[in-house]
Amino acid sequence: MHSAALQYIKPGDWLTLLLGGIFVALITLKLWNGDLADKAIIRSGGKIFREVPLSRDLQIEVPGPLGISIITIEKRKARITSDPSPRQYCVRQGWLQNSGEIAICLPNQISVELTGSKKKYDSLNY
Amino acid sequence: MTASIIKLDTTAEDHHIARMAAVALGLTVLENAIPSPLPGVKPGLANIVTLIVLARYGWRAAAWVSLLRVVAGSLLFGNFLAPGFFLSLAGALLSLLMLAFAQHLPKRWFGPVSHSIYAAFAHITGQMLVVYLWLIPHTGIAYLIPIFATAALVFGTVNGLIAARFMDNHDMATAETANGS
Repeated sequence: MHSAALQYIKPGDWLTLLLGGIFVALITLKLWNGDLADKAIIRSGGKIFREVPLSRDLQIEVPGPLGISIITIEKRKARITSDPSPRQYCVRQGWLQNSGEIAICLPNQISVELTGSKKKYDSLNY
Repeated sequence: MTASIIKLDTTAEDHHIARMAAVALGLTVLENAIPSPLPGVKPGLANIVTLIVLARYGWRAAAWVSLLRVVAGSLLFGNFLAPGFFLSLAGALLSLLMLAFAQHLPKRWFGPVSHSIYAAFAHITGQMLVVYLWLIPHTGIAYLIPIFATAALVFGTVNGLIAARFMDNHDMATAETANGS
């Protein structure tokens, strides 16, 4: 059965398989490895309220139409800790860690989005 | 009063393409019954037919079969001109474009398995482009690309093997009938 399937793979097909495998491995490493977020963009009513680095732990109070939302940044992660929205979706979403992740409180028009800078750490960062 | 009959002149090739597209359509329906862990990760069984038609009757026939399958399939599932249709169409178009180049690879070294893998990668490229440029313009979808790429490699290989095996069986059967008579 094994050799029966293998006989249909010609030498060039092995090359294709190898190239495909390398391509998948590289793209996985590139996209899944380490692009951890280093900045949180907090928006209120569609406008950027603040951009904060994830390197320092802090709590931020953001006013929205329904009241105050509290955003916590801790250990390079960010979350919405409390929010006046009725269903609490954004609070229950929990910690955000990777760049591209976003928590949105629609009723209170507040969102937290993580972004990563494409450059690697340099001597000014640690 | 006589009933008017509209008759279109069809050639044997038209009938053949229609028959192959119907087979591809059947495989699409079959495939939709298989549950998928992630929307978009599908084996793409209908592409086996495209590969066979490409090897036997050339690129033009393969393009007809593939596009007929996309349009007729969307009518069957009721998503004609809906996002799902454009995803299929983009995937099919890029696959066909890729096959137009891949079919010129030397036959001695490259078989349906290579065609299938290249087409599968082109397929997800087309779909991701539509997703990114139209449906979800957010870089977060990049995290899904490795999953789709792995699926493309695996299913591309499997479909190529099935196509190669089918053509081999068919060739042997025809050879035997020829010898017997």
